[in-house]
Amino acid sequence: MTYLKPLFRHPKLPKNKLGYTLKEYEGTISTLCAGCGHDSISATIVQACFELSIEPHLVAKISGIGCSSKTPAYFLGNSHGFNSVHGRMPSVATGANLANKNMVYFGVSGDGDTASIGMGQFVHVIRRNLNMVYVVMNNGCYGLTKGQDSATADVGSASKSGHINPFQPVDLASLAVELGATFVAQSFSGDKQQLVPLIKAAIQHKGLAFINVMSPCVTFNNNPGSTKSYDYVREHMQATGTLDFVPEREAIKAEYAAGTDTAVSLHDGTVMRLHKLAPEWNPEDRLSAVNAMQQARAKNEILTGLLYINTEFGDLHDILNTSDGAFNTLGEKALCPGEEQLQVINAGLR
Amino acid sequence: MSMTQAIPRPRARINNFVARFANVNGTGSASANFLFAKAIFRMGIPVTPKNIFPSNIQGLPTWYEVRVSEKGYLGRREGIDLLVAVNAQSMKQDIESVRKGGYLVYDSTKKLSPDLIREDIHYLGIPMMELANENFSNPRQRQLFKNIIYVGALSVLLQIEFEVLESLLKEQFAGKEKLIAPNITAIKLGMDYVREHFDYPLDFYLERRDLVRDKIMVDGNTACGLGAVYGGATVMAWYPITPSTSVAEAYEKFASQYRIDPQTGKHHYAVVQAEDELAAMGMVIGANWNGARALTATSGPGVSLMNEFIGLAYFAEVPAVLIDVQRAGPSTGMPTRTQQSDITLAAYASHGDTKHPLLFPASPEECFRMTADCFDLADRLQTPVILMTDLDLGMNDHMSEPFQWDENRKYDRGKVLNKEELEDMGRYGRYLDTEGDGIPYRTYPGTHPSKGAFTTRGTSRDEYAVYTEDSAAYKRNMDRLQTKWETAKKIVPAPSLYQESNQSEIGMLFFGTSTYSSEEAKDILEEKEIQLDAIRIKAFPFGTETEAFIRSHKLVFIIEQNRDGQLRSLIINEMQMNPKKLVSVLNYDGMPITADNIVLQISDYLKQKNAVPHDLSETLI
Repeated sequence: MTYLKPLFRHPKLPKNKLGYTLKEYEGTISTLCAGCGHDSISATIVQACFELSIEPHLVAKISGIGCSSKTPAYFLGNSHGFNSVHGRMPSVATGANLANKNMVYFGVSGDGDTASIGMGQFVHVIRRNLNMVYVVMNNGCYGLTKGQDSATADVGSASKSGHINPFQPVDLASLAVELGATFVAQSFSGDKQQLVPLIKAAIQHKGLAFINVMSPCVTFNNNPGSTKSYDYVREHMQATGTLDFVPEREAIKAEYAAGTDTAVSLHDGTVMRLHKLAPEWNPEDRLSAVNAMQQARAKNEILTGLLYINTEFGDLHDILNTSDGAFNTLGEKALCPGEEQLQVINAGLR
Repeated sequence: MSMTQAIPRPRARINNFVARFANVNGTGSASANFLFAKAIFRMGIPVTPKNIFPSNIQGLPTWYEVRVSEKGYLGRREGIDLLVAVNAQSMKQDIESVRKGGYLVYDSTKKLSPDLIREDIHYLGIPMMELANENFSNPRQRQLFKNIIYVGALSVLLQIEFEVLESLLKEQFAGKEKLIAPNITAIKLGMDYVREHFDYPLDFYLERRDLVRDKIMVDGNTACGLGAVYGGATVMAWYPITPSTSVAEAYEKFASQYRIDPQTGKHHYAVVQAEDELAAMGMVIGANWNGARALTATSGPGVSLMNEFIGLAYFAEVPAVLIDVQRAGPSTGMPTRTQQSDITLAAYASHGDTKHPLLFPASPEECFRMTADCFDLADRLQTPVILMTDLDLGMNDHMSEPFQWDENRKYDRGKVLNKEELEDMGRYGRYLDTEGDGIPYRTYPGTHPSKGAFTTRGTSRDEYAVYTEDSAAYKRNMDRLQTKWETAKKIVPAPSLYQESNQSEIGMLFFGTSTYSSEEAKDILEEKEIQLDAIRIKAFPFGTETEAFIRSHKLVFIIEQNRDGQLRSLIINEMQMNPKKLVSVLNYDGMPITADNIVLQISDYLKQKNAVPHDLSETLI
């Protein structure tokens, strides 16, 4: 079942640089449970793309299987989506990105989709530094199959049925840093203020931008004892800092106390301003990021914000030295060596 | 020489023998053996070399078998006329494999153990190691030139023209001229030794002919890689697996030559070595979904892994090209041996009701052409298309028609809507069958700012790509996919018929690498006055010609290289043919099927009482 949203638009809705209102970035009405954290994340993606004035049709949304992977239908209705197979979003995104490097790629996945069945592809898409935003909507459980523990459920965490998870969790953000991801962030679906600028920065980052978003499952994992519940996450969030995304040539309006600001220049000339709350943490230093994450983990805290960024490393297209246009626009002239060349090849085989 | 005199010499045979080289893997024998085969090819004589190699890098036995056939038969033939035995490990077995009256060329530096002496073959001992040690100082060179010495010896025994060997060596070492002279020295050492010690030529030998014409000699995998470059593939995603690896390597080699932007030096192609075959197929589907042509190459185990994705591409209607270089299964099976045993796997890959077009090339030229054609077919049908080659075709050099390309050929991208077409139409329905052929219109992501966007999915959906669990909509979609399958029957390559009209009530049907030996078997049977009509299948689904052929014969032998008669099963299943009239002729030992084997199986069957079922008239079938 799919619901369509009413076409009525308020005449005074604010417009972005392209003349689009937020409506042009919305999708169909969600069929997820009321209060699902995933819907909040969809809304932040809509907001981030609207604010960045991205052409919606130049975005591709690719997902695997699960509640999270359904969400691409619920945001950016003017963008093509590909709801592929379980755990294999990264490979489909890799192929799509190779075909046309001039689009924005959103990979949407969940904790089952990424940390279990798709772990191999998660690892390798990071290695390749594919230019995409990789969002994990992490709720610590399998929602669509009614609440089984996932690989990100914490040890001792209780499910709705009271079952206590006996296994160590997979910490996706730490793992991403360890694997050499060039942009790693962590956030909470209930913290739109933090998430919107993070997604904007992730879009502008050239390379793989991984965002692990705690997104409580209201139906199966929002109970006392779950470390992925709204209450637990709210109480144990520890922000690395606030983040302002400042597109190039725009006045920086926010003011920061001296000595706590970090400006990070992104590939396209835009600048990210980070206001640090944790003085010992430096987002461009991998060791410092790993240290901060491990310390938070030891305290059962969830470190949020931009954890690590590296703007030096080229993306997969840079590594493969691909031509500037999109492959899907190349015709016979660029692709086919022709009959004359074939005769030369034949001659070499005689 | 003395040993040879006791056995009477048969009548001389010209350009008709099988030579086998027994080597140790990793000792540099491959280039020497190829030199031997290529020299015969250069003398205008049809020749088929086959590598029989272990799943190993160094140390295990490996064989190189060369069949020379004046009549142009390129299938494997049983019975070894001459064996070059330079591997102590396999010596006993090798000597036993020589046909009665045949020859054994061995390294006589060490005396042959008496238990290796057979009374019914000729022994030609050449002190290869001794000659190499006397003339070369570098230990690696001694090893390598030992191989070249036996090529020199064979050139006298079999009358290979020295000038041909010389020019091949000059071509091989162009740019490394220093290596030419010692190679020539090694050739001459072998030649001189034979001239001084043996009668020559042997009772079978070579004579220059003009039978090769403009043919080329190349392996099928190289041809597939080149076909993908010509066919417009820009993305090659793959995972290493024998025997398909060299398809990806060939693609990259040719792309790096012909796909460089002249202005920027950047690449109009991307090769990604994936983490596994699943990811390779995922990348291919992602790239094709976004409008690029992409392919992967694998073997049976990889196809098994790709099943889920193949089903997605079938149901979501995304083009994809897969090259399956088949090897002997099941499971890891015999990874370096050949078979045609992925037929049912590939035809029906994935769960649910799925089926996929398959193409069956039989030569490198067809590997080239059909690979390029796969892209057009995949785009037109918006579905995965699988090229079913095998280890024998893929990894062995074959004498083949030359590659050809129509300079005016345009890539057929099928039904794809551009921005203007989207603009000018009403509501776009991705899965609407507007032309009745079951093929709906695609549009690439990013084409139009506000029209044409939809979610591609492996779940059921309606004609407008909207998710639905409505039974009627689901069924309509499945029925449309069946209509598309009927369209596929009309556009996949038609079979080749070997006669204009039926000459017999018995037919033979074959495909892929079984073709060579089947054609030869047909001739041998004809000499025995057993007339058979023949058809070569080039694609699945089967078209009307194949159906008519089977219906109009009372008995059809189906020749294939697997245990279960997989193509026969497909024929029974897809065309509701009576199984009684379809008789399997099989070979599944991992070696290429031979004509003798086919002849034996067919003639044995026909010797049975009532072999041809007279009760099976056309109307009953």
